[in-house]
Amino acid sequence: MPDTGSRLAAEARPRLAPKVRLRWDRKDERYMLLYPERGLVLNATAAAVVKLCTGEHTVAAIVERLAEQYAPQPPEAIEREVLTFLHAMVDRGLVRSDG
Amino acid sequence: MTGDAPRPYTLVAELTYRCPLRCVYCSNPLDYADHRDALSTADWLRVFREAEALGVVQLNLTGGEPLIRDDLETLVEGARALDLYTNLITSGIPCTRERLTRLRACGLDNVQVSVQDVRAPESDRIAGLRSFERKLEVARLVKELGLPLTINVVLHRENLDRVAEIIALGESLHADRLELANTQYLGWALPNRRALLPTREQLDRAREVARAARERLRGSMELLFVIPDYYSEFPKACMDGWARRFIVVSPDGLALPCHAAHTLPGLSFDRVQDRSLEEIWQHSDAFNAYRGEAWMPEPCRSCDRRAADFGGCRCQAFHLTGNAAATDPVCSLAPGHGLIEAARGESSAPGPADLEYRTARSSTSA
Repeated sequence: MPDTGSRLAAEARPRLAPKVRLRWDRKDERYMLLYPERGLVLNATAAAVVKLCTGEHTVAAIVERLAEQYAPQPPEAIEREVLTFLHAMVDRGLVRSDG
Repeated sequence: MTGDAPRPYTLVAELTYRCPLRCVYCSNPLDYADHRDALSTADWLRVFREAEALGVVQLNLTGGEPLIRDDLETLVEGARALDLYTNLITSGIPCTRERLTRLRACGLDNVQVSVQDVRAPESDRIAGLRSFERKLEVARLVKELGLPLTINVVLHRENLDRVAEIIALGESLHADRLELANTQYLGWALPNRRALLPTREQLDRAREVARAARERLRGSMELLFVIPDYYSEFPKACMDGWARRFIVVSPDGLALPCHAAHTLPGLSFDRVQDRSLEEIWQHSDAFNAYRGEAWMPEPCRSCDRRAADFGGCRCQAFHLTGNAAATDPVCSLAPGHGLIEAARGESSAPGPADLEYRTARSSTSA
């Protein structure tokens, strides 16, 4: 697991921080995360992960779901990408993982 | 947010310049009283629709004090229907639980409450109104209602040494975001510069406190520390470049590339009552005046940083040098940089300076 300075257990159930909203950008046809005075453009994988950050799914389940979705890409590579993204989101306070 | 073609992402809706506070660094123009509220509810809703169609995803409802508009609920509801991320930027005065509850129900995304300092006497002195305790009540109410809270504190020489206490206040209010923004010396802050500009030593100490706190609070409270450009080597990318990412609409309906653009001479601004926002964004003389690089003088024109800072702030260039097309004098390479060095020199002069409070005066007598 890449070290990004915060821990995210496999059984944690990440959800978007209260100040963050996902929006489809119809102008440039992509997803964006919006929060006060900022926006973050998401690639397709990141958007698929964010949609699962509802507080219901565990990190392990999200990884599994994405690995299925992106087969036949190697699951290890998908897992690495998902975890790196989630860690970065937690570090930036955009995703919460308490509980 | 990437890409180089101009696309507005943020609409700053200055719903009114009226405000019960009289902050000595207010960014509204000195002649704010000449710009009366001229847009109806329907006008604003149309502006929101036109903005969204142009690509806007963020809406800042500000002023003045936006809560003074009694149609704020309708405006928030309309914005939410367009899926705009709606941020209410308020002094917290006047605000009630009932009002905030209604705004939440209308789909408000975030509330930003300004606090002027960590202690009532100092905060009230800067605001020119007894308001500190009420502001804290409103901030607590925001959290109690489950709305995300940003606390905004403008920094200057009188409160910069209390940054640690300010951060502690933000934590005690459970702010989701704390914005520590050093004063920009435009609007009312410019005549008050002598009283407000900190020393470099003050700034360096505060910056270090904020840096350490940002690490400690990572993942829980977002901490933003906006450096005053007077102590930067290079200018800031004002508005992310002229007419590139932002549209500001003033209470009287002027469409502006930044909130102080109407203080620049020689530009004609269109009103949203007369032309569509799309036409204005594409074709307005004022929006095109400093867009891109063709207008740039040396040393900007051949500078490697021109795509990073866009030559800095046009309003600062005008208000300090008299020429809106000059390189922002904040830049250490600018011909006018001596003006900034002189102001920094004044900041180490001893003794308090008088404060000039925001008050209605007309442009003709200013």
